[in-house]
Amino acid sequence: MIGALLILLALAGAWEAYARLGDVDDFILPAPTQISQALWDDRSLLWHNLLVTAQEVGLGILVALVLGAALAIAIHLSPTLRRSLYPLLVGSQAVPIVVVAPLLIVWFGFGIAPKLAIIALVCFFPVVVTTLDALAAVDPEQRKLLRTLDASRRQELRWVEVPAALPGALAGAKIAVAIAVIGAVFAEYAGSSEGLGNVILQAIPQLETARAYAAVALLAVLAIVLFALLALAERLLVPWARPHPERSRA
Amino acid sequence: MTTRLGTPPGQAASPAKDTAGAELLGAAVTYPARGRGTQPVAAVADVTFAARAHEIVALVGPSGCGKTTLLELVCGLQQPTGGSVTAAPAVLMPQRDLLLPWLDALDNAALALRIHGAPRAQARERAQPLFAAFGLEGFERARPYELSGGMRQRVAFLRTLLSGKPLLCLDEPFGALDAITRAEMRDWLADALAREPRTTLLVTHDVEEAAVLADRIVVLTPRPARVRAVLEVTLPRPRRVTDAALVAVRERALEALRA
Repeated sequence: MIGALLILLALAGAWEAYARLGDVDDFILPAPTQISQALWDDRSLLWHNLLVTAQEVGLGILVALVLGAALAIAIHLSPTLRRSLYPLLVGSQAVPIVVVAPLLIVWFGFGIAPKLAIIALVCFFPVVVTTLDALAAVDPEQRKLLRTLDASRRQELRWVEVPAALPGALAGAKIAVAIAVIGAVFAEYAGSSEGLGNVILQAIPQLETARAYAAVALLAVLAIVLFALLALAERLLVPWARPHPERSRA
Repeated sequence: MTTRLGTPPGQAASPAKDTAGAELLGAAVTYPARGRGTQPVAAVADVTFAARAHEIVALVGPSGCGKTTLLELVCGLQQPTGGSVTAAPAVLMPQRDLLLPWLDALDNAALALRIHGAPRAQARERAQPLFAAFGLEGFERARPYELSGGMRQRVAFLRTLLSGKPLLCLDEPFGALDAITRAEMRDWLADALAREPRTTLLVTHDVEEAAVLADRIVVLTPRPARVRAVLEVTLPRPRRVTDAALVAVRERALEALRA
């Protein structure tokens, strides 16, 4: 944490020096001090829009988490789905979201629904992949054992595979956090009346570059906070998946 | 205090007609060839032995000789490709404890009860007395990764016991433990089976373990498994590894293994 702050300070210092001493216009590259000033001056505007974007990203990741984990379990259970659906999911990741986003806005309207759809679309895939990995790592011996305890296939799923999939799904969601934020900005660019993406979209033509950078800084903070929240969820929900110190009891 | 070399394969040992036993008659498992240029693989060639109700039968043989396959036959996880396998409902205890890391020790032990539909509180209540009886008191809420290897095996054994099945198939249950814990667990198991008698098939490559625990030792050949010798062990219990008679049994088993 201290290390991250030091690196941040060093970078900000270099940036400050370059922006002030170098031959760059303020509206192209504002100095960190100017961005901080914008953060303070526009605090109520930025705060309001941060909440909007945070809600979109948070819910979007949740949708991606549930959808991705459900798809992974379905693919895990059915060889047919693995052959037919999995390649299509890979293909879905090649859809240029920038192009499709405006269409989704037309389709779903200006509300939160198209934003969630876009964020979920860019985020669910890492969740599917990491969840499938976690499911594949389930010991086949474990399932044999459960069968001799008279477990049905559904019970094997409930006792072994679903809990085993949980840390995988959360790991995927952690990977997806950064692209979720970018997805939210795209979605807001495509059509919105609020959110940090909307702030950036408005600020740049008004040459309020410092405000745009302030919004970007808040997006970065948002990603870090969400990542930390997911790490916390991991600690609370799947304590067994954490590396644990060597046992000492004999 | 005598041991005798049992009936050789083919001339069947006394059949296990009771509902808690197991009987293999010329059981064989051959895996089909996997594609061109490969031969079918015989894991088990011709195995005949029986375990009567509440008998402990040890299966001893070199590593990779198909012992695990024999247990899977008895548990119904595999079907024999030759001969016949008749067995009471059997439960498997593998070498690795395979406790579920997301459940605490008591929930792990009570897993079979939950699978059979008991609510959590009731399942835990039924498993609790066994925890106290088998030296696990105070560790009910511990997660598997907080337990030592020996304790995890105890929990795994209780899970096996609480399945309610009359036939236990223990597949090198202490194979992953260090020598000291292993000896400790061997005595613990002898005591546990004396208190909770079950028909038990014990796969091991440790003849001492077999001699201490078993009523009968079935010595197997290298892959594909055949029965090389059957040793009846009629020593009184509790047995001590240092008893001369037990040492003699161990010697005979080792001799049979080397033959």
